[in-house]
Amino acid sequence: MIAALAFYVFAAILIASAVMVVTSRNPVHSVLFLILAFFNAAALFLIAGAEFLAMILVIVYVGAVAVLFLFIVMMLDIDFSRMREGLQRYAPIGAVIGGILFLELLFVFGSWQFAPDAATLRLNATPGPEVTNTEALGQLIYTDYIYLFQVAGLILLVAMIGAIVLTLRDKPANSKRQDIGVQVARAEAVKLANPPSRAGLGQLGIIRRPLPEAPKPKAVGHDHHDHHGGGHH
Amino acid sequence: MLTIGLGHYLTVSAILFVLGVLGIFLNRKNVIVILMSIELLLLSVNLNMVAFSAALQDLTGQVFALFILTVAAAEAAIGLAIVVIYFRNRGSIEVEDISTLKG
Repeated sequence: MIAALAFYVFAAILIASAVMVVTSRNPVHSVLFLILAFFNAAALFLIAGAEFLAMILVIVYVGAVAVLFLFIVMMLDIDFSRMREGLQRYAPIGAVIGGILFLELLFVFGSWQFAPDAATLRLNATPGPEVTNTEALGQLIYTDYIYLFQVAGLILLVAMIGAIVLTLRDKPANSKRQDIGVQVARAEAVKLANPPSRAGLGQLGIIRRPLPEAPKPKAVGHDHHDHHGGGHH
Repeated sequence: MLTIGLGHYLTVSAILFVLGVLGIFLNRKNVIVILMSIELLLLSVNLNMVAFSAALQDLTGQVFALFILTVAAAEAAIGLAIVVIYFRNRGSIEVEDISTLKG
């Protein structure tokens, strides 16, 4: 009785919030109603007895996915009024396709039944009440479905790397980075020179000339004309 | 009416699925709402899985619902990353413009 009442309440809120997700004018409201829908779906999972999945739904969907949506909606500077333009144009065909789909689902629902030996065809029968739902799921996932579990982790890893690679903005204009290979393989890093005696590197054009606009130091007391770069001026 | 069976769950799930499909058609311009509609579709499938798992007393449905959840989270992350870089390049996220990404 209580469970039935709770089911109807949660299902009604779930469907109403799904309607609001689809038809809401502001995407921020859509995300918030999506969070409400996830919470109510988690409650429906609880009523069905899938406690672990209900908690995972709250943690993963509400805690990660919906907040990610909220981040993106608030980060992008989108003109939301222009987003609603095609609503009237696409509403009829959407209603037609949705109606057809719903009728098909009703037909399936009306003409469907369990196989008579369905109870004997169970792959992993739910254990009795002495084993909790989480423990039973763990005993399945870590034994029979260990490869699928590993592949699920791999999918998450690929998704993480893909998201980082896609959105990483490398090389902004004002940041300098080390490139060891290029820096070491520079052609003019080291130069051998063989200057003639008493000529100095300046005459060979190897060392950098002083800048032309640099003021020349006044020469006072030119006693040593043959001295280049004398230090006592 | 007062005992909740498989039919109730299937009805809720069917309505949720139709709403998700309708959302894809109604919000043709907004990629983010389309991604949210896809999340609704996956949620309805998960509801179906859990309902059958409870009705048949078979845990396999819940195991697969867990994997659907994983794939849905990965899909949302990748989709939103694509939306972000698309917005960075074009300054809008209208679906009609995305056909220009064709080679």
